[in-house]
Amino acid sequence: MTGEMVCGIEIHQQLDTCKLFCSCDSRLSDEGEGAVYRRLRPTTSEMGEVDRAALAQFRRNLGYRYQTAPGASCLVELDEEPPHRANDEAMETVLMFSEMLGSRTVDEIHFMRKIVVDGSNTSGFQRTALVSTGGAVEVGGRSISILSVCLEEDAARKVDAKAGEVTYRLDRLGIPLIEVATGPDIRTPEEAMEVAQRIGTLLRATKRVKRGIGTIREDLNISIPGGARIEIKGVQELRLLPLYVRNEVERQRMLLRVKGILEARGVREAPFEPVDVTDVLEGCGSKVLRGALSAGGRVLAVRLPGFAGVMNGDGGTLRLGAEMAQRARARGVRGIFHSDELSFSVGEGCQPAYGIAPSFVNALAERLGMAGEHDAFAICAADAATAEAALSAAVDRANEALLRVPEETRDPLPDGTSKYSRPLPGAARMYPETDVPPIPVPAERLERIRAELPELPEVTEGRLVERCGVNAQQARQIVHRGCAELFERISSELSLAAAAATAFLNTYGEMEREGLDPHSVPDAEVLSAFRMLSESRFSKEAMPALLREMASGASAEDAVRRLGLESVGEGEAEAVIASIVAERADFVRSKGAAAVGPLMGPVMGALRGRIDGRRANELLSKEIAKLLG
Amino acid sequence: MTYSVELSGILRSAGAAEGAKLSVSADGAEYVGTLMPHHEFSGPDILILKLKSGYNVGVRVGPGSAVKVLERPPERVRRDAPVEAREGLPTLVLIGTGGTIASYVDYRTGAVHPALSTSDMVGSIPEIRELANVRAEVLFSMFSENMDVPHWQELARAVAREIDAGADGVVIPHGTDTMGYTAAALSFMLGDVPKPVVLVGAQRSSDRPSSDASSNLMACARFCTAGNRAGVFAVMHDTPGDDSFAVHLGTRVRKMHTSRRDAFRSIGVPPVAHIDAAGRIELSGEGRPVSDGKVALRTGMERAAALLQYFPGMDPDMFAPVFDRCKGVVVAGSGLGHVNERMIPLIKGATDRGAVVVMASQCIDGSTNLNVYNTGRDLIAAGAVPAGDMLPETAYVKLMWALANTGSPEEAKRLMATPVAGELSDRRLLL
Repeated sequence: MTGEMVCGIEIHQQLDTCKLFCSCDSRLSDEGEGAVYRRLRPTTSEMGEVDRAALAQFRRNLGYRYQTAPGASCLVELDEEPPHRANDEAMETVLMFSEMLGSRTVDEIHFMRKIVVDGSNTSGFQRTALVSTGGAVEVGGRSISILSVCLEEDAARKVDAKAGEVTYRLDRLGIPLIEVATGPDIRTPEEAMEVAQRIGTLLRATKRVKRGIGTIREDLNISIPGGARIEIKGVQELRLLPLYVRNEVERQRMLLRVKGILEARGVREAPFEPVDVTDVLEGCGSKVLRGALSAGGRVLAVRLPGFAGVMNGDGGTLRLGAEMAQRARARGVRGIFHSDELSFSVGEGCQPAYGIAPSFVNALAERLGMAGEHDAFAICAADAATAEAALSAAVDRANEALLRVPEETRDPLPDGTSKYSRPLPGAARMYPETDVPPIPVPAERLERIRAELPELPEVTEGRLVERCGVNAQQARQIVHRGCAELFERISSELSLAAAAATAFLNTYGEMEREGLDPHSVPDAEVLSAFRMLSESRFSKEAMPALLREMASGASAEDAVRRLGLESVGEGEAEAVIASIVAERADFVRSKGAAAVGPLMGPVMGALRGRIDGRRANELLSKEIAKLLG
Repeated sequence: MTYSVELSGILRSAGAAEGAKLSVSADGAEYVGTLMPHHEFSGPDILILKLKSGYNVGVRVGPGSAVKVLERPPERVRRDAPVEAREGLPTLVLIGTGGTIASYVDYRTGAVHPALSTSDMVGSIPEIRELANVRAEVLFSMFSENMDVPHWQELARAVAREIDAGADGVVIPHGTDTMGYTAAALSFMLGDVPKPVVLVGAQRSSDRPSSDASSNLMACARFCTAGNRAGVFAVMHDTPGDDSFAVHLGTRVRKMHTSRRDAFRSIGVPPVAHIDAAGRIELSGEGRPVSDGKVALRTGMERAAALLQYFPGMDPDMFAPVFDRCKGVVVAGSGLGHVNERMIPLIKGATDRGAVVVMASQCIDGSTNLNVYNTGRDLIAAGAVPAGDMLPETAYVKLMWALANTGSPEEAKRLMATPVAGELSDRRLLL
């Protein structure tokens, strides 16, 4: 895609230190204990006023429950004790990282309280400090500017939500995060990924960052000319970054097309005049509607003059209806139906859409008094108040389409698209964290850090290519995965560079796609697995299974035992192979020596990786030769 | 720490006042932001700027730096909407004294104010007006560690004035550090006060969304309007959660944790009441119902009094000047109320001179008993009187009050042994 787009990214990387403001472990806990109930009250603003909407929400009795996590939370996370001094190792890491970017560190670091009232911080604010500004990363010959590097605390983890109450676990709250924001310099979807990759690699070069699923999260800021700034928040999968960017650019273009069509039609803002159409839909076959009605709900409808064909039209490329439905869902309904997705046609072969027969659709149109060429409608079924609020939000969204692409924060979805989350927040309300003293950064400290900067990734990559026999692309991936140090050891101490490269480049990726976290395995255990391999305790074909077992918490020794991987003796292998060949004697005779290939599968399957492939091949060839005489 | 002479000079000559938008170039970098107040722990050559992003940063200003004012500080406009009284609701008067509950950080300037006005406090909890017509006044703006006996006396007079003028209850936002002492002082000074007088505090300042200030105030207002109990109380969180509050008797309450929301505990007795998230009040035991009538105020206090904590190796020579100067001394002794034998002559000397020496216990919970061990019997022989199950702090406050409101040390001793405001009991139950 070469169209104009502007994109910047923000990366949040967890650090592998204690928590930022206490001595708790920075690790997630499978168990949560107890549940302290809290509420967060919107505070008085600079002008002595309280945000009405936020206060209204508070008065609807929204509350939060906080589970403690043994070892990973204390009174500080519960907001029952003031924060301790900022963790020095975390501070050192962010200073180091700033120097690697060529950013300018401020002379004195001040922690701030950034107001967040969604309950994800027990205090009602996130502690964050601006550490440095400026600097750049070079990606593909282009310089991408760095706006800021901050050190902040991660939020609590949402574990449950029900009406009026959200439950969080405190294990993640307070884990130090480096937040690095680039300027709006990214011009293609692929570049977004490359920049994220480069920054990620620099972060890993500090050797003090966490690795694995959920330890690094990206926010994307995307806009196109005539569009709007959209923030897609919390992308965890790097490889999906280009897709999110591409889809968002497409979405904004689609909205501009919709705007153009509506302008050409001279469509005006649709008034919000909901009509109760429950009686019209009595006896309708739609499960959704029947479900809502049997729960005592009502069906409300609104007319949308001029909006036909843009809610879902032009072969599904115009999709304003999906945007409207997302807004409606944010008000607590399961969705809306709109006229673009319902069938008006009566006759042979006309199927009712969503179980709403055309006769009902036409009756609805009549009740609503639809007359104009492009008249459309939307309906929603729920209890009357909820349905009205949801439809009102949907109509507001439709009307926004006349004016502009609305600025939004959107949630990334696993398929590379995104959905509406909330309006883009205004300037953050921040005020000083008075419980944490300012941290001076003397020039001498920066000089010392500068003198001891970690090796740049390209230097490590060069050495891997030179000494470990991998190509530049592979070296880059190994470094990006943060496995370089381990890879070099396995290569130099055990001479197993090829096997290690396969593990880090292929197996790790497969495991992540399966939802396993290869980085949860300690380096020492991985090393010990490769040491056993070098001692021929099992075959290299067994390594992927072994790593998977280890990712579920087993030590290398235990995993080998559990999987029954100890290499088979020569005699046992011969016997197994002989029986396989004997069973398929006719096949072997018909294929001759070429039977080796097809039979390798069954042989390796029967030996379950407990033999080296080359050795199996030799034994199999021998056995086949024997049979063929 | 304040600004260095050089930096003060630079700021003065640039005409840079707090809140002004500045451009500061130093060491090759330029920062543009609003000038914030200097932090106590910031370097003397550091300026604090609030950048457009909202972040504060410290910028070192040296000889090669340039400070330029881009905009003057904006005028601050505040609107205080008058509130009309609603008929049929009881009247609560808030008398502010300061403390965390009233302190906040100014979002604009970043300065910490110890004095959120009491009406600001009420204004930020509009739902309190559904329970009562609330009138607010500020008596002091101080952290409670700075409270002194004259402040208690002035506060007691203010409370009495409001109740005599018809208030249905008085709520006193107060710093938590010495809230227990003030509660005890008011309990004695206000006598059988006919209405609820409730101290309330916060462990988290009001600028934070997680502050316990508003929920404690609401619980307080509920107790005052629907509890039908007269007396002096303190209301705070009963658990770390925002769904449970406890009402403590003023003479029995003590701060038992430095930072938790549920720091306040009733010692030796159950709390007077629990209040849940929905505002339901569950009273425990008997109490004095609300009535009409005036306050019988007795604010006299003997200032020549001290509260000492006994410690192993306590040296009588070191404390002789204290005993010499005081008309009353409370010693929080070990266990049942003991001190080492070297201290006993000092105590005897003091009582011989007419001072009242009261033995309390640093165990905090339980009663003193000077009859069990020799040391105790020696203390009785030396003229000391036991505090019973009075908290050491309550015993100290009561001793000052007893000495000032009786004619002789003997009368004061008798008063010390007589329950006046629920501070003392003969029976201790398994709680």
